Amino acid sequence: MSLLLVADIYGGYGGADILKGASVRVERDEIVVIVGPNGAGKSTVMKAVFGLLRIRKGQVRYKDEDITNARPEQMVKRGVAYVPQEKNVFPSLTVQENLEMGAFLLSGDLRPRLEKVYAVFPKLRDRRRQQAGLMSGGERQMVAMGRALMIDPELLMLDEPTAGLSPLLIDETFGRIREIQALGIGVLMVEQNAKQALAIADRGYVLATGANRHEDTGPNLLANREVAEMFLGG
Amino acid sequence: MDLLIDLIQLSIYGIVLGSILTLGAIGVSMIFGILRFAHFAHGDLMTIGAYVGLSFLVFTGAPVWWALPAGMVGAALTALLVDQAVYKHIRRTQPVILLISSFGMALVLRSVVQLVWGPNVYSYTGGIQRPWWFGDIAIVPNHVWILLAAVLIVAALHLFLTRTRMGKAMRAMSDNMDLALVTGIPAERVILITWILGGMLAAGAGVLLGMDSRLTPTMGWNILLPVFAAAILGGIGRPYGAIAGGMIIGLAMEISTLYLEPSYKPAVAFVIMVAVLIVRPQGIFKGTL
Ligand SMILES: Nc1ncnc2c1ncn2[C@@H]1O[C@H](COP(=O)(O)OP(=O)(O)O)[C@@H](O)[C@H]1O
Ligand SMILES: [Mg+2]
Repeated sequence: MSLLLVADIYGGYGGADILKGASVRVERDEIVVIVGPNGAGKSTVMKAVFGLLRIRKGQVRYKDEDITNARPEQMVKRGVAYVPQEKNVFPSLTVQENLEMGAFLLSGDLRPRLEKVYAVFPKLRDRRRQQAGLMSGGERQMVAMGRALMIDPELLMLDEPTAGLSPLLIDETFGRIREIQALGIGVLMVEQNAKQALAIADRGYVLATGANRHEDTGPNLLANREVAEMFLGG
Repeated sequence: MDLLIDLIQLSIYGIVLGSILTLGAIGVSMIFGILRFAHFAHGDLMTIGAYVGLSFLVFTGAPVWWALPAGMVGAALTALLVDQAVYKHIRRTQPVILLISSFGMALVLRSVVQLVWGPNVYSYTGGIQRPWWFGDIAIVPNHVWILLAAVLIVAALHLFLTRTRMGKAMRAMSDNMDLALVTGIPAERVILITWILGGMLAAGAGVLLGMDSRLTPTMGWNILLPVFAAAILGGIGRPYGAIAGGMIIGLAMEISTLYLEPSYKPAVAFVIMVAVLIVRPQGIFKGTL
């Protein structure tokens, strides 16, 4: 039983279809990466899975349950967390308040959850009273991922977690993502830094014009000449 | 010397007016932050609060300050009713449709006030209060109570926004609607709480305004422009900015009477509002406009 199974979905933002038969599968504990050119529909796949736009045809299954067009709130309740590509923190809230919002739908003591997130991102503990909007891009990305981890997700969806970060921070971020995977969390991420992302990925997909082009293990995709020439910049 | 005394005296009036404007402006700002439209019926919500408070006093004979909680209950229920009956159904349309609807709601609420309480002028307490004199400066006891009540209401709101889960969720939603959605923050529940708080704050402003002068069916409508000026000056969508905005507008309106006819007070607020919109539309505290 796959954790997430996206089967041949079609849909868009009200006009013409942006997704024209996109498929993705994530198993438990896997890191799965979607790469592809700008405008291919990578972010759109993520949004479609999370219920932010209508899927017209095709199916999304989570742990064998049909969740096609489930609302975002229901996704969160099922244990799926999503970090959008942009504007992914609440700028006027403090770091800790951002994290607390991640667990809004859960009741009970938040402290153990906060501790867990601070264990993955120790820097956030030191800066928990800082306003998130005043932090650097890298720190904001940590806040965003921390917020998503607050529900103890089984599946974490990340849209370009390393966009705009320095090479050092990119390495650090990928390191954290592997730590998250080691906690037993499946990770589905979209990445522009395709080579590095595929290097830590169990499997990868190349998406172009809203449909799958290639699908293979990370190393195999990296070794594939056509993929390398067309999508990874040689 | 006389000028200085006048200035101090007018500043006291300005702070009192400012604290009333602040309560209204915080509500307008919160509603804008979460529902993304300018709530034109806010002034008449204040009027409702003031009159419900009055009725409570008349029916129960309770001490005057009871008008505040009673008015708050009345205005909060009215706000909820209006939201569920009207605004809820047009939430996903353009903001301008909501704005026009709230303009219509303003007329409806005012008519209801006229219908229920008539066109007469009322006041919470009979007679004129004897001021306390500090040298040449007179302070009316009511002004002290008004300021005190406003400070307490704002402090309570601050605690709510910073200490409770729902308060934080309101700030989060006001910050970033889309992220709130994917975080699982239940938008409709937050919206209901926003109306309850907005109504309570409006009633606070209405009752205090009634204590400062008198109750008329147009009292809230007449003060709507300065309230919006305060919200915009503070940065609309930023409740804390509304405090600064309210105080500045209140002071400017009162101090302007040194040079202008008092009937120009709303014009002073209007000029400041237009100037802010031209020079710094995001207001002092970078609102979402
Ligand atoms: N909110 C939107 N409304 C309409 N079209 C959109 C929206 N977001 C993205 N698109 C369009 O969908 C296509 C795919 O965009 P996106 O999924 O963001 O690409 P990627 O993430 O692969 O760079 C693009 O042509 C883009 O213009
Ligand atoms: Mg994208």
